Amino acid sequence: MLRHLLTSALIAGLAAGLLATVLQLAFVVPLILEGELYETGARLHFSATGSPQSPVGHPSIWVEPARHIGTFAMNLVTWSGFAFILIAGFAMAERAGSRIDTKTGAIWGLCGFIAIQLAPAAGLPPELPGSVGADLATRQLWWMGTVAATMGGLGLFAFGRGAVAYGVAALLLILPHAIGAPELDTYYGVAPAELSAHYAARALAVGAASWAILGAVAGAVWSRPA
Amino acid sequence: MIKAIAKTRASTDVYAIALTAMIGLGLIFAAGFSHAAGAHDVAHDTRHAIAFPCH
Repeated sequence: MLRHLLTSALIAGLAAGLLATVLQLAFVVPLILEGELYETGARLHFSATGSPQSPVGHPSIWVEPARHIGTFAMNLVTWSGFAFILIAGFAMAERAGSRIDTKTGAIWGLCGFIAIQLAPAAGLPPELPGSVGADLATRQLWWMGTVAATMGGLGLFAFGRGAVAYGVAALLLILPHAIGAPELDTYYGVAPAELSAHYAARALAVGAASWAILGAVAGAVWSRPA
Repeated sequence: MIKAIAKTRASTDVYAIALTAMIGLGLIFAAGFSHAAGAHDVAHDTRHAIAFPCH
């Protein structure tokens, strides 16, 4: 049992980490590099002349190739972490009578995306480098509470029975947003609004794709004949 | 006897599942929330891409 749990999680985590890195390098990292031009002041928007215009374009991602080795390594660790949690969830669900395969695995993966990226992003959107946020510890607390409540809510919707369970599930999904994420009373952004918005949407889209891949691969390796 | 073996087996499975989940949490916190400066630089783009609140 333990061997099957660990090997399945490792295979799925490494595969998802690799593919997530490819997607991030293609779609997310260029926007991070463009954001850093504003973070460092190499490029100015709303400059001293008062012009709210700046050129569009990002530096080549090949300027700092070593940097991406770090990103690759950290993606392997992070997505393996997600994979271990997901596989533990599969094992619990199977004990409760659920069937896991490639397709249900992908749905589990997308629920992971909702709990770990989408729901927290509704309060703390993905930030370009250089963004200023509220107190770190408070944000981390809200982030963890939101992840836990969303996981609980989705789990109750999936496995609960009856009106009370569904009511509690809905409450768990809404509660973090009713409380509200910690925020500042001032905007500090130095990057163009278009760039920040594009970055946030890209990070979420790439996250959704990576989670679907993780779930599908995890479902496939978990359900393979021993 | 068979029932007792089945029971032992089931609780071993629960420990194995809990261990798997704990390893996962450990990896996520190491990659996403470690404050060591080296870890922060290496993990920078990953953390931004996944939107971990890390700084």
